Amino acid sequence: MTIQLTHFSAAFVFALFTSIVFGITHRETTRDMLRYGLYCFAMFLGGILVAGWAMWLVRR
Amino acid sequence: MAHSTPAKTRTAEPAQPASMMSVIAPAVGWLIPGAGHIIQKRWIRGLLLLASIGSLFVLGLLMQGHIYKANGGDILDILGFIGDLGAGGLYITTLTMNWGQGAIAFAVADYGTKFMIVAGLLNFIAVADAYHIAIGKKP
Repeated sequence: MTIQLTHFSAAFVFALFTSIVFGITHRETTRDMLRYGLYCFAMFLGGILVAGWAMWLVRR
Repeated sequence: MAHSTPAKTRTAEPAQPASMMSVIAPAVGWLIPGAGHIIQKRWIRGLLLLASIGSLFVLGLLMQGHIYKANGGDILDILGFIGDLGAGGLYITTLTMNWGQGAIAFAVADYGTKFMIVAGLLNFIAVADAYHIAIGKKP
């Protein structure tokens, strides 16, 4: 069995799972874990979108 | 005449003996991602770690990612092996079943390879976290 993810969905899944682990391991209270996890997720996805648009601009 | 009180001598406190849990939790956590937290009754954290690291590794395999074996060649191959090794039981199972040996034929398969390496590296962080919980450094 194999799966073919698109570039964006692969990046989304990566950001999601990595953010969960970062949130749990880098903060001490549940509230801080949640906030840091969401922050990491936003940074990952934001970075992906910015890099994507930057590459689009470079290509033009 | 006042009694002179002897100066309080501060004896060095004996080093805290390493508890059994500080050895077992990281070992179990390496073998099964999240298990180091679960055996310390951090159920939700452990299950989330298991789901996240396990999913990342399995997705990497399903995307036809390549698994690295112990090697003494290219530095990137060695680093890939170290990353993969972090996944513990998942890595051992994959090697045993001879999965992840195909040639990388498309871009997403290369992502799969990176997924498995990152899953292993994240498990190293989870192992360190389980150790910190075991020694009481983290609640």
